Amino acid sequence: MTYAIGIDLGTTHSALAAVDLDLTEGDEIALSVLEIPQSTTPGQVESKKLLPSFLYLPHREGGELPAGSLTLPWDASPPFAVGELARALGQKTPLRLVSSAKSWLGHAGVDRRAPILPVLRASSSEDDGIERISPLAAQVAYLAHLRAAWNEKNEDAPIEDQDVVLTVPASFDPAARELTAEAARQAGLGHAVLLEEPQAALYAWIERSHGKWREEVKVGDVILVVDLGGGTTDFSLIAVHEQNGTLELRRVAVGDHILLGGDNMDLALAATVKHRLESEGKILDSFQSAVLVHACRGAKETLLSEGAPESVPVVVPARGSKLVGGSIRTELTKADVTKLIVEGFFPKVDVTARPISRPRAALTEIGLPYAQDAAVTRHLAAFLSRQLEATEDLAGFTKKSGAKFLHPTAVLFNGGVLRSTLLQARLMDALNGWLAAESAPAARMLAGADLDLAVARGAAYYAYVRRGKGVRIRGGTAKSYYVGVESAMPAVPGMEPPLSALCVAPFGMEEGTEAPPAKQELGLVVGEPVQFRFFESATRRDDTPGTMLDRIGDDLAELPAIQATMPAEGRVAGDVVPVRLGAAVTEVGTLRLEAFPSTGTERWKVELEVRQR
Amino acid sequence: MSETAAPGFLTRLFLLSWVAFFRTLFDGEFAAGVVRLREGKPALPPPPVEDAKPTKKDKEKDKPAKKEVVLREAGPEAALQLLALLQREGRFVDFVEEDMSSFSDAEIGGAARVVHDGCKKALAEHFPLEPVRSESEGAQVTLEKGFDASRVRLTGNVAGDPPYRGTLAHRGWRVSEVRLPKMAEGHDAKIIAPAEVELG
Repeated sequence: MTYAIGIDLGTTHSALAAVDLDLTEGDEIALSVLEIPQSTTPGQVESKKLLPSFLYLPHREGGELPAGSLTLPWDASPPFAVGELARALGQKTPLRLVSSAKSWLGHAGVDRRAPILPVLRASSSEDDGIERISPLAAQVAYLAHLRAAWNEKNEDAPIEDQDVVLTVPASFDPAARELTAEAARQAGLGHAVLLEEPQAALYAWIERSHGKWREEVKVGDVILVVDLGGGTTDFSLIAVHEQNGTLELRRVAVGDHILLGGDNMDLALAATVKHRLESEGKILDSFQSAVLVHACRGAKETLLSEGAPESVPVVVPARGSKLVGGSIRTELTKADVTKLIVEGFFPKVDVTARPISRPRAALTEIGLPYAQDAAVTRHLAAFLSRQLEATEDLAGFTKKSGAKFLHPTAVLFNGGVLRSTLLQARLMDALNGWLAAESAPAARMLAGADLDLAVARGAAYYAYVRRGKGVRIRGGTAKSYYVGVESAMPAVPGMEPPLSALCVAPFGMEEGTEAPPAKQELGLVVGEPVQFRFFESATRRDDTPGTMLDRIGDDLAELPAIQATMPAEGRVAGDVVPVRLGAAVTEVGTLRLEAFPSTGTERWKVELEVRQR
Repeated sequence: MSETAAPGFLTRLFLLSWVAFFRTLFDGEFAAGVVRLREGKPALPPPPVEDAKPTKKDKEKDKPAKKEVVLREAGPEAALQLLALLQREGRFVDFVEEDMSSFSDAEIGGAARVVHDGCKKALAEHFPLEPVRSESEGAQVTLEKGFDASRVRLTGNVAGDPPYRGTLAHRGWRVSEVRLPKMAEGHDAKIIAPAEVELG
């Protein structure tokens, strides 16, 4: 038995789908979603299609849970719980719960290999005796769980022997991608290939169309994929063009890493309801507050659906066994949801609007860099405006003169939040309003798939397509990369030497390709780690290795520093050796930077992720 | 309706249906009655025949006949699991065990929503249900000879020969799949919900 497997390692949920290659023929794809066994209460295991991406570290020495509570079909006594039970236990004991590990893995401000989760709460002392794990280890735990779940059901086709595709946000930087690939290796998934989530969503749409997608798009189409998950918002643009007489899909742009998703919306609603209850003298404890968020999510989904009632009751049950006497009842109205969600997260704005950013307070508690502006529409306006030139290099795409933003012709939605047809309509209205203002035709909506499982399904389909079986989305890397080089200018007291940017990796590098090293030489000190400032650009499509930018403009964004260490063997420590930097994109889909000494054939890997002190 | 009214008709009906359901699960005699009904036999066992003590020979003769009415003991664990699921998702046991006498219908209604939403979710996930008959209630239906009497109950003017024509009074319910959690060795299913102690 041979399978092509796709894994959606999500911020709030993970899922695994597989294409049975023996049963697949042409456009009829034998695709199924794995039922994942997981503890649901202590001592009980159930199988579900989604594995909540939560991990709970019980107080083992303290005997928090009886023996056998975490037993799984493949492990009699795991040290922690993963999935449904973890989430349930964490609701009542948040200080032992690891959540949003994926967002932490993508957060360059922390050491992703250090045991920092669960996050130390400001109120607790430095040593609260709670075991901690790293964001990387948490991701490994989720993947290892999925691997064991698969292997338990498919003894004759272990996952190690199958082609595996693992999805990442399109906005993940090279270090976060590398860490994800490493998590897959540590979890025993071998060389899982990375795929961007919005692309996975489009693959799922293609797979669902049973070959009819070619009739639904035409040359010249620009598809905007809006992926609004539990924790992140991800945009991509995919152009439909013709290459040697056949339709080709090319991903031409991806958006910024925006930590903003459905969870923020539920929290916003819950905060409002909580405030209202408090003004009535009803105080919720921490458990009830957590339940309230859950209740608000349900109410939100009802109120944001077609033909919704004017209001939906929200009941927060008592913690104790007195259900009727102790429950708190209130309601959420259409007006609440319109004000908080529709106007708060999807305001009608002009395409010239930009996300508001406030300077962050210098000393903040360690936390995730959540988006400062909750307005998805402003983030979208900024993205489309910045990507005005995205289709410049493709034949058959003519930019409308005077256009202020790139005009999409079709939209594909993904992510749980966008199950709401009202929110879909709101986004379409906003976009079509911008298009109408520039006398461009309205964009159409591509019929969506199962928004919770589309990414896993699309990833499995891509694992199948990679075997040469169907249409592939091309495009390669969606950024160009630069290292900072100090200009050789006389030093001016009190001023930092001006910085130039040297392009080391061009836009659009495909998997398994190398770019020639930039011809400029940089000095490495033998035996000492040397750090370089590192930059990316989502819009500079024409720079090639060796292009030197005299100043760091707005079109460059700084990434965490990278580090090269020249081994001391055969050299004098402290000597400066001239090297050139070259880039490659691995088969797995990660960026690799290497230093080549000007003499000899050696090369050293440049670390994209420098451990924080 | 006064604020302190006793639980309304619907609430009581709701409770009654659950009580019947659980008596079926836990009460052997009640369940046996249900089984007999399903087999189209009278709900009550025939009264014991006052007879002379049977001889040993008679006893042996009776044995095979007796075996036919032996009913299977249901394992208690699956029933306990279901109860735990309903408590976990819908606070079912809390609700049924609470004294309702002092609460208004509105208060009970608020809590019933938690119970209804949660129990519905628990059933949908673990016992997906489908109607036995797809016609809408009130529709005229015809039952051919040899219809499945375990799926369709005849009521009213039950006489004559099939095919029978009648009105669908209730569509019936059928569990299409049973998906109960698997249990670890040593798991005590009798603990429907553990006590909770919050450490300060």
